[in-house]
Amino acid sequence: MNTQTELRSPMSQRPHIISKAKDRTGIGANVGIEVNGEKLSVPMGKTILEICRENNVHIPTLCYHEDLCIAGNCRMCVVEVEGMKTLQAACAFPVTGPVKIRTFSNKVRKARKHILDLLLSEHYGECYSCVRNNNCELQSLAKEYGVDGYEFGHVCESRFEIDKTSHAVVRDMDKCILCRRCVRTCIDLQEVGVLEAIYRGYDTMIGTFMDKPLADVICINCGQCINRCPTGALHANDPSDDIWKAIEDPSKHVVIQTAPSPRAAIGEEFGLPPGTSMTGQLNTAIRRMGFDRVFDTNFSADLTIMEEGTELLNRLKSAIVDKDKSVMLPQFTSCSPGWVKFIEHFYPEHLNYLSSAKSPQQMFGAVIKTFYAKEQNIDPKDIVTVAVMPCAAKKFECNRPEMNSSGYKDVDYGLTTRELAKMIRETGLVLPELPKSNFDEPFGEASGAGLIFGATGGVMEAALRTVYELVTGRQVPFKNLNIEACRGMEGIKQASVKLENCVEQFSFLEGVELKFMVAHGTANAKTVMEMLLKGELSDFHFIEIMGCPGGCIGGGGQPIPTSELIRKLRAKAIYDEEASLPVRKSHENPRIKYIYEKFLTDGPCGKLSHKLLHTHYQKRGKFIS
Amino acid sequence: MQNLKRNKMNTVFEKQNRSGPILFSKYDEGSGIEKALSMDRNEILNELRDSKLKGRGGAGFPTSSKWMIVAAANDEKKYVICNADEGEPGTFKDRVLLSEYPELVFDGMTIAGFTIGAEEGIVYLRGEYTYMLSYLESYLEKMRQSGRLGKNVLGKEGFNFDIIIRLGSGAYVCGEETALIESLEGYRGEPRNRPPYPVNTGFMGHPTIVNNVETFALIPHIVLKGGTWFCENGTDRSTGSKLFSVSGDCENPGVYELPWGTTIKELLAIVGAENAKAVQVGGASGVCIGKKDFNRSLAYEDAATGGSIMIFNDSRNMLQILKSFMEFFVEESCGQCTPCRIGNVKLLEGVEMIEKGEFTFEYIEKLKDLGRTMQIASKCGLGQTSPNPFISTLENFKEEIFKSKAEGALT
Repeated sequence: MNTQTELRSPMSQRPHIISKAKDRTGIGANVGIEVNGEKLSVPMGKTILEICRENNVHIPTLCYHEDLCIAGNCRMCVVEVEGMKTLQAACAFPVTGPVKIRTFSNKVRKARKHILDLLLSEHYGECYSCVRNNNCELQSLAKEYGVDGYEFGHVCESRFEIDKTSHAVVRDMDKCILCRRCVRTCIDLQEVGVLEAIYRGYDTMIGTFMDKPLADVICINCGQCINRCPTGALHANDPSDDIWKAIEDPSKHVVIQTAPSPRAAIGEEFGLPPGTSMTGQLNTAIRRMGFDRVFDTNFSADLTIMEEGTELLNRLKSAIVDKDKSVMLPQFTSCSPGWVKFIEHFYPEHLNYLSSAKSPQQMFGAVIKTFYAKEQNIDPKDIVTVAVMPCAAKKFECNRPEMNSSGYKDVDYGLTTRELAKMIRETGLVLPELPKSNFDEPFGEASGAGLIFGATGGVMEAALRTVYELVTGRQVPFKNLNIEACRGMEGIKQASVKLENCVEQFSFLEGVELKFMVAHGTANAKTVMEMLLKGELSDFHFIEIMGCPGGCIGGGGQPIPTSELIRKLRAKAIYDEEASLPVRKSHENPRIKYIYEKFLTDGPCGKLSHKLLHTHYQKRGKFIS
Repeated sequence: MQNLKRNKMNTVFEKQNRSGPILFSKYDEGSGIEKALSMDRNEILNELRDSKLKGRGGAGFPTSSKWMIVAAANDEKKYVICNADEGEPGTFKDRVLLSEYPELVFDGMTIAGFTIGAEEGIVYLRGEYTYMLSYLESYLEKMRQSGRLGKNVLGKEGFNFDIIIRLGSGAYVCGEETALIESLEGYRGEPRNRPPYPVNTGFMGHPTIVNNVETFALIPHIVLKGGTWFCENGTDRSTGSKLFSVSGDCENPGVYELPWGTTIKELLAIVGAENAKAVQVGGASGVCIGKKDFNRSLAYEDAATGGSIMIFNDSRNMLQILKSFMEFFVEESCGQCTPCRIGNVKLLEGVEMIEKGEFTFEYIEKLKDLGRTMQIASKCGLGQTSPNPFISTLENFKEEIFKSKAEGALT
C-alpha cells in the first residue's frame, strides 16, 4: 500500500525480497516444501510465515505486522528448518528451495516458551490493570503457551516514568517489549521518525530525540503506533473521567458529535466482525449514557465541503481571472489534524497550499457554542462539547490555542472510538443489542457526502459532487454519484474531470480539466509534497490528504488490531450505508441550507464563516529545542 | 615448530623478530597484486578453492565460495569490506597485521577487488584503533603514489580500485558482518536478517564480500605461491596457519603464527604456560577448556577460534572469569532480539547467584537450557555464542565452582 520505493528503515529491519515469477506455472516459479510433514507447492520467495498463514498453520508472532516491514527481532516465530543448525524466524525466511519445516517441534516450542518467559520477566505491571487487557498479543501468547508462572523472575518495580505530555499518545515504557513496531510505523508507514531504539543491550528502550517528552518532539499525533503496539505500552490520552463528570454535572449541557468512522468500527470492540455499521445503536447508547444531545459530524463535514469547495472556487477565480500569483494551487485539504501537523513540521514554508477551512470536528464545536447555544438559549460556557473521533490527533487539534473562535474552547474533549467503547462497557450496555435511533435536531440530518469523509478519497468525492454541480449546474458525470477513482486503498490516486457548459458565474472555468489527487498515510503525503516541490503538480487543482493509512477508518483511535483487510471492510460499511441515504450531496443537505440562511448569512467563506469556520497554521519546523 | 620465535608483547618495532610459515614470512610489497593482475580471475578463484582457505574471523566460511558468489553476481557495483573491528576479547592479531603488515592486508583487498570486479574497498576499523588511522592513511597514499591503488592499478587497463577507511565506534556487535554494514550505512549497528547474505545484498544493497583482516593478509601469499602450497600447513580441514593472540598467565604473551592443528598443550609449551589450569579458546564467545582436554587441537573441526587464546592458572577463580564474560555480553548485546537482550542478563544473574551461594541446581540447569535456546534462537552470532562460556565453564569446572558453594545451596 506504500507507494514509495525507498523505505527509510535500515536493512536490519527489512526482509529478504525475492523477485517473484509472474507466471506461476513456469519452471522454478514454485517449489515443493514440507510443513510438519505435509507436502506443499508454494511460490518461490514467499516467507515461511506467509506460507503457513495461507495454509492455516498457526505461527505465533509479536514483532511482525502485516502493514510493516519485517524486523525478525522478537524471535517468537522461530521454526525448525531441516539442515540448519539454528532455528529460523518464519517471518523473515524466504523459501527458495525444497525445505522441510517443523513449526512445533520440542526445540521450537521450548524456544518460544523461553522467549515468552524472558519477555514476561521484563514486563512490568499486571494484565488486569492494563488498558489492553483481553486485547493484548503478549497476553494471548502467554495463554497459548500455558505460562503459569514467572520462570525467570518478574520486575516488581516500575522503571520508567509514564510520558503523558502529549495530548494524544501516552507512552508507558514499562510495558514495552521492544518489538519496534512503533519505530517502523513511525519511520516507514508515516515517514515521521519520532521514535527510535536508543541505548544498547539490556538498556535498549524506545525513545525520542534526546529522550524528550513526546509533546516536545515532532510527533504528529496520528496514533498509528498505538494501533500497532502489541501491548499496552502505547495508548491514547483518555479524557473519559472528565466526560463522566460533566455528564453528571446538572449545570452542564453535554453535547457529543460522532464522526463517520467510529460507527463503522466500534462493533469490533463488542465482538462484531469488522465492517458492521452501528450508527443507530450508537446513538441510543450515547443517549442512555446521559449525553444531552447527539449530533452527526457528517453535518459539519457537509459544512466543510461548502467552505472548502467555495475556497477552491475562489482560488481558481483569483488564479484564472485575476491572475493573482499569490494564490496557491493545488489546494490541499485540511481535515486531518495528523496531516496538518505533518506539513507544519516538515514543510513549514508551504502552508499556503492548505485550505484554511477547519476540520469538521472544529467547525461543529464552533457552531455548537455559537449558533446552537443561541438557538437553544443556553449559555455557551455551560456547554461541554465532546467529539467521538477515530483519531488520536483530534485530541491535540481541539487543544490548539487558536481553536477558540466561539470565545470558548470550541471542542472540549476528543474521544477515541476505543474510549467510547470503554465508556459504553462501563454502563453495562450491550451495544449490538440496542435499538436504533436517530441523531438530534437541529443537526439531525447529514448527507452521504459527509459520511464518506471516513474513508480515503471521501472528502475529494464529496467535494467534487458539490463543486461540479455548483460550476455546471449538473450532477457529477459518474454512475450513481460514485466516483470510483477516489475509492480504494491505493496509496496515491489521481484523476480528472472536465468542466463543460458552466453556469454563468463560473464561466471562467469553461473547459478546465479539474485535476485532483488523493493520498493517505503521511509517507504518501511526503511523496506528494516532494512532487509538488519539483513542480510536477502545477496543473493539479485539489489534493486530499489523510494522515492515516486508509483515511479515518484506519485512524489512531480505532479498535485494535488493524490491517488492510480490516480497513477495507470498514470502508465498505461506510460506502454501503452512504449508497442508501436520501441526500448524497453536501449542498443539498437541508440543515446546511438552513444554517446559511439563518446564521452564516454572508454565505460560504463569508465574514462570519471566516471567523468561526476557518483557521490559520503554524510554521513549526523540525527544530526541537 | 622448533624454529618458532617466542615474541614478547608486540610493538611496531618487533616485526623483524617475527617468523612464521605464511604471514610472518617474507613478502615484497605489491608482488601479490602484480601476480594476480597477470592471472585470469578464474585462476585466482581456483587457487583460492585449492587452498581451502576458511574465513579467519572465527566462523570459518570458505573464502572461495564467498568470492565466487560475488564474482558471479551481476551488479554494477560490488564492494570489498575488510572487517578490522577486532572486538573479541583477547584478540589483537589484526592490530599487529595492520600496524606491521599493512601491505599484506591492502594488497589482499586489491586482489579481492580485481577478482570479484569491485572498485571500492572499505576498511571498517575498530574505534579503539583510531591511533592507527593516520599511519594507515599514509600507507594507502603511498600505495596510490606507486600505482597500487587508483585508476588502472599497476597499469592494468580498466581495473580501478581504491580503499577507504571508516571508523567504528566501539560496539562489539559491529564485528558481525551485517551489523558492520548497517553501521557503515550510517544506521544503528544491528545485525540483519540472514538471508539475505552480504554476498547478495550487502553494502548499500550491492554484493559485498566481508572478510577478516587476516583472511585478506593471506591472499597475496596464496596468489604468489598457490593453493597447494598453502595446504602444506595445517590439517586436512583447516589448512594453512593461524595467528593466535595469546594472553593471560604465560611467560610470553603475544601474537604467534602456528599451523592449524597445533594442540593446546603444544601452544602452552611454546608460550611458557605449563602450569595453566584452563584455556579460553575463541574469546568471550568461545569455550573454556580444562586441563584434561589440553590434547585437543586448535582447528575448525575441534577447538575453533578466531585467534583468541586466554590462559588461566591456578590463581584464577573460574566463576569470576565467567562473570566478567557474561557482564561483557550484557553490555555488548545490541538489544534487538529477545533471547540475547534479556537472556544474557538472566545468565549473569545466575552467575551472581552462584557467587553468593543463593542458588538451586535446578535453576542453574534451567538457565543452561535457556542458554541452549539462545544458541539456536538468537538473531545473530553474538546471541548464538554468548551462552558458550556459561555452559562450558559450568560444565568443565563444576567441581571447582560448586565445591565450596554446594553447602550453601538451597537444595
